[in-house]
Amino acid sequence: MSGSNEHAHHIVSPRVYVVILIALLIGTALTVWASFIDLGPWNPVIALAIATTKAMLVVLFFMHVWYSTKLTKLAIGAGIFMFLTLISLTLADYISRAWGNW
Amino acid sequence: MPDSTTITPSAPNAANSAHSEHPPYLRHHFESAEQQADAAGFAMWLFLVTEIMFFGGLFTAYLIYRNWYYPAFVAGSHQLNVFWGTLNTVVLISSSFTMAMGVWCAETRRKSGLVLCLILTFVLGLCFLGIKAIEYSEKIEKHHVPSFHYSLQSFTNPASDPEIFKEYHDKPLAPDMARHTEVYFSLYFLMTGMHALHMIIGIGILGFMIFRARAGAYTAGHVTFVENFGLYWHFVDVIWIYLFALLYLISRHGT
Amino acid sequence: MSDTIVSLPDQSTARIPKLNYLTKENGILSWLLTGDHKRIAILYLISITFFFFIGGALAGLIRLELLTPQADLMATDTYNKVFTMHGVIMIFFFLVPSVPATLGNFLIPMMIGAKDLALPRINLLSWYLYMAGGILAIYTMASGGVDTGWTFTTPLSTHYVNTNVLTTGLAVFVAGFSSIFTGLNFIVTIHKMRAPGMTWFRLPLFVWAHYAASILMVLATPVVAIAIVLVALERTLGIGVFDPTKGGDPLLFQHLFWFYSHPAVYIMILPGMGVISETISTFSRKRVFGYTAVAFSSVAIAVFGFFVWAHHMFIMGISNYAVLVFSLLTMLVAVPSAIKIFNWTFTLYKGSITFETPMLYTFGFMGLFTIGGLTGVFLGASGTDIHLTETYFIVAHFHFVMVGGMLMAFLAGIHFWWPKMTGRMYPEKISQLAAVVTFIGFNLTFFPQFILGILGMPRRYASYPPEFQILNVFSTAGATILGVGYLLPVLYLTWSLKYGEIAGNNPWQATGLEWQTQSPPLTENFTEMPIMDHEAYDYEWLENQKRQKEEEVASAG
Repeated sequence: MSGSNEHAHHIVSPRVYVVILIALLIGTALTVWASFIDLGPWNPVIALAIATTKAMLVVLFFMHVWYSTKLTKLAIGAGIFMFLTLISLTLADYISRAWGNW
Repeated sequence: MPDSTTITPSAPNAANSAHSEHPPYLRHHFESAEQQADAAGFAMWLFLVTEIMFFGGLFTAYLIYRNWYYPAFVAGSHQLNVFWGTLNTVVLISSSFTMAMGVWCAETRRKSGLVLCLILTFVLGLCFLGIKAIEYSEKIEKHHVPSFHYSLQSFTNPASDPEIFKEYHDKPLAPDMARHTEVYFSLYFLMTGMHALHMIIGIGILGFMIFRARAGAYTAGHVTFVENFGLYWHFVDVIWIYLFALLYLISRHGT
Repeated sequence: MSDTIVSLPDQSTARIPKLNYLTKENGILSWLLTGDHKRIAILYLISITFFFFIGGALAGLIRLELLTPQADLMATDTYNKVFTMHGVIMIFFFLVPSVPATLGNFLIPMMIGAKDLALPRINLLSWYLYMAGGILAIYTMASGGVDTGWTFTTPLSTHYVNTNVLTTGLAVFVAGFSSIFTGLNFIVTIHKMRAPGMTWFRLPLFVWAHYAASILMVLATPVVAIAIVLVALERTLGIGVFDPTKGGDPLLFQHLFWFYSHPAVYIMILPGMGVISETISTFSRKRVFGYTAVAFSSVAIAVFGFFVWAHHMFIMGISNYAVLVFSLLTMLVAVPSAIKIFNWTFTLYKGSITFETPMLYTFGFMGLFTIGGLTGVFLGASGTDIHLTETYFIVAHFHFVMVGGMLMAFLAGIHFWWPKMTGRMYPEKISQLAAVVTFIGFNLTFFPQFILGILGMPRRYASYPPEFQILNVFSTAGATILGVGYLLPVLYLTWSLKYGEIAGNNPWQATGLEWQTQSPPLTENFTEMPIMDHEAYDYEWLENQKRQKEEEVASAG
């Protein structure tokens, strides 16, 4: 049987975990440092970009998604897509209320 | 044509079945331990997807009200202590590391290593909750808990809050915008509270797992429980990564 | 060609197989602690029937009140409670679990060639959660009910009523998790437990429909869960998230609520559409026309269904731009549903049609769902919606799709698979009568409501202008007939458990793996793992099987 269980055979080595841990700690330091500097509208962008990078490292390597099946990746993608749909369409209503009646 | 996730049947009572083909933990409706572990892992991921949507509602509320009441959200976020928040982030990331190491120990059948990692994760989790308690008690002292004698003083008169004022020099908010800081704190307590609830549940399960790990339950080839709990724990970490950014970091220079 | 496809074994010698999932173990604990998906399906069947009749009784009270223009049967507050509980119970405790938790649970493992669902204990947990939610709902009714409407619109539900919003919210929350776990279980099972040769495009369309509905269950339900949590906190602690005086927006609740509740209507209808695919094929003796289109349109309905929720909020205060976007998206979502209706219709063309009870319900579905769906398009156009929303037009629209559509599909499925679940046939003549009575009663009940809506009668009102009375009287008369139509199956299906004809493995000569096993099935479904070597709805393959078996019998004898 193929393609369904890499995690059972592929055991991620502790070396990978250590590298990711260090990357996450560096990312944390970076995002805190960046928040001390006034970058105007870019503060939220940078903070969320770093947060997303950190989250992706956790998901891909601590949660083994890098080594997982396409199905797992698809399921996660679907969840994130629907989450983004919820936020963006709802926010679109709120933001466009300020635009008045045509 | 068959695709990769259909099962190829082995002949019943095949002589090729080593004991690993039908281990004691294999349930009757599965054809193999691999299929069982695979299904369990996928089920856990689907559960985590529901959690994404569950927290998603809260994130939606936060983003909407931040869009509407930006000055109030800036002022509110200045009340959060970035030191504690950063420390909590480091604690949680480290606990994710120890959890991932725990899964590795289970996979490589290192029983004492697994127990150590689970205990470390457990302790780090408790540290996180302890720091959260410190932060919450600060909020309670300053009357920043919505609907419990909520005080607008720090926002209408920032100079009355010297520590925060020293760092941010916020201008006073108009009374109705100051009232909207209560929405900020509602969302703060909702989001961090929901997260903390998930932490508490996770720590409870960790306690159970430590006992079972010491009895060797997870180091005899059946790692599914530890693995899937690990997914849950990492997910709670990912939520915190976003909470830290959204609540503590993005509005520090809002004014 | 005879006018029925039913092929039963010789009744003088036929017996129910001694060992089956019903006889495998005895005692109440063997049912309450079962992991067998078929037993759990039966548990669900009994409980949802129970809740259906409670919801139906509430509907009877509504129609009774609306016989006269004045609010004279009950106080208006009581009327509000009656229609609220009618909605809550019918939606969350009947429609959402109806086909998935009964027929889906029973059949999906069999249809894919598996011994059980992937997570049997989670399946049982689902049923307990459902029962806990249901008991909470009954408790709510007993302790004074709730009168906000099933939609719990804020700030009414958070600030202006002192009825049991919290307990109802909790009931729905718990039932929601039941639904999530069912959907989760189905997705894992369909992905990971198909028998060899059972590729995606050999699956029965029933499975595809449940797969799509399960995606909705998993992705949408948590959002209504958090919406309920927020309402509860708003009510108890006054956190201000929906309170305008504290800067909150009541519409935020509606966004979160409808983000689930619109996909919820597809959760309700998709499994019914799955049933229709099976029955229309079997009773036309023809493969479903455009299998791939029907399969993909199920998934398309699920995906597009996520993008249209604010069409329930056109008049509530969302921006004009949002109205435009959501109205446009709503037009799109009608397309896959229409594709299915077209494909089923083309399945009928040049088929060998017979009119057993499941087919009667199927025809009822086709007509009534089409009307209901088209009126949905009228409502999706924001201009007409402004006039028609919150009137009886809406009530008629959703009852046409849910009762004329979904409930008919449910009854079609129950009758179709009754022989498989129980080993016995239902009595054909009386069941055909019940189907016709239901159809007549339904139309008499709900068609006048379209007219009432256009004329301007608002929904959720106990009193109305006297000129609307005659249509309301028709509607109530129809409801009485409808009630008879629903009562009859309970009676004759129960009767058939003891006195029905023995069905044998495949009384309908249908394709599908579930029909290749005994009726009732064994606990483990199959004695050896089936291998799927033919396409879905392959009636030629069925003919070959039959001929082979006859040859075997002939040569053995």
